[in-house]
Amino acid sequence: MTSLESVRVAPGASAPSSASVATATTVTLRHSALVRVTHWITALCFLALLVSGIEILISHPRFYWGETGNVLTTPLFKLPVPSSRNLVPTGYGYVLPDQNGWSRYLHFQAAWTVVLTGLLYAISALFTGHLRKNLLPGLADLSWRSLSTTISNHLRFARPSEAEAWSYNVLQRLAYLFVIFVLFPLVIWTGLAMSPSFVSAVPATVTLLGGQQSARTIHFFVSVFLVLFLLVHVVMICLAGFRSRMRAMITGQVTGRAARHTERT
Amino acid sequence: MSDLSRRKLIIRGVAATAGVAGLGVAARIAQKYGLVPPDHAGLYGPGETLTYASQRLLTRHSLAREFPQSKISHPPLANEIPPLKDEFKRLQAGGFADWRLSVDGIVERPTSFSLAQLKSYPSRSQITMLQCEEGWSYIAEWIGLPLSHVLDAVGVRPQARYVVYFSIDPDWWDSIDMADALHPQTFLTYGMNGDELPVGNGGPLRIRLPRQLGYKNVKFLTHLTVTDSLKAFGKGSASASAEGGSYAWYAGI
Repeated sequence: MTSLESVRVAPGASAPSSASVATATTVTLRHSALVRVTHWITALCFLALLVSGIEILISHPRFYWGETGNVLTTPLFKLPVPSSRNLVPTGYGYVLPDQNGWSRYLHFQAAWTVVLTGLLYAISALFTGHLRKNLLPGLADLSWRSLSTTISNHLRFARPSEAEAWSYNVLQRLAYLFVIFVLFPLVIWTGLAMSPSFVSAVPATVTLLGGQQSARTIHFFVSVFLVLFLLVHVVMICLAGFRSRMRAMITGQVTGRAARHTERT
Repeated sequence: MSDLSRRKLIIRGVAATAGVAGLGVAARIAQKYGLVPPDHAGLYGPGETLTYASQRLLTRHSLAREFPQSKISHPPLANEIPPLKDEFKRLQAGGFADWRLSVDGIVERPTSFSLAQLKSYPSRSQITMLQCEEGWSYIAEWIGLPLSHVLDAVGVRPQARYVVYFSIDPDWWDSIDMADALHPQTFLTYGMNGDELPVGNGGPLRIRLPRQLGYKNVKFLTHLTVTDSLKAFGKGSASASAEGGSYAWYAGI
């Protein structure tokens, strides 16, 4: 792709346009095709990882710190949920069915898919300028004054400005950077630290975390943070205008109020 | 059709052909170097193959972490075991004196070993972690002999690719590739923490694969078969657990 931001669209080639657009029009894309495709693959994989992860988790809903942990040792904490194994004393009078077979297959397949997709995204973000232009916040936006204005706008659930249909605001940028460069690497690392074969080749993966059970506990908490991010992300989309934001992430185009705003300027 | 789109079409056609050809070549190379697991077909085949191939390339000779005595879990957890068969109880009553491990398949000298014979070989021990796919784990000292020692004794033929191992319970068996079978930490275990291996932990004889999850570490071993193909075993699934709960054949993760 030559340009990330815009493509030329011949009349009638894309979505039905109004009669006034008779000649070729330059339609500016909100999100590049690569961002949109990697976004939805990631979303699908995250859902698969979440469902299969919960299935695996309920076979032993207890967490420990250090190298080892089992029903004979004191847990760091227990989740108050029923288990899919008889071995675990949960206080519930029943045992859920064992779904770990397909859950584990799905978990690792989705992990591979999202890691490869993420690599493609991260590498292209570096080379196309997506990282610099769209993700790294401007220095001015990081001033306390500017940050506090953005935060207070969010706390008052203020309608996003029209410019925000075209560019991420500073809180968005910081949140996305945190997810992409902190939470994702951490969840991959702690996942690998639970693989007995992988850690035989790279023992530091697990020793740096203080043990295999510590890795499992951190993996759980990072997943919780990722779920929290997803919830806030979806709420924000609803507040900003579900239809327009979804359209932008599916077709790449911005329509309505925000589009008219840019035509004027 | 404009020049631009024709050129695009040609480039895409060439790229697609190269991609398919590349995948074909990759598959042949992967097959040749033993990077394709028996459960490579089906919906989850791609992920399973990527995991197995990358771990085989990365971990063929790596050793599982070993721990100091002080890290041994007390008491060691004995996971639930299926109800013991009458045959097992009879052997147990006799102090397992009549317990046999038969080894056959593509070997020079098919042999049936008694426990006493296995124990007469130089014993080794390892303090390693047993990690269950459910999430729990414990560390123990495992005493036994490397599987490779027994394989040497029976004379494995060069075309061998897998070792299939069976518990006394006919519904409980599994298989590993030769990289794992010949790995120095792959043990036939008969002792634990300086004592006999308790029945709850798989006594009198259990296979120990510290680089794979607990479910590959089958308890109550009675039979090993060396083979060049897993097709004849368990409708191609290559393990009993894969038939029952469709667990992945390779359990390094």
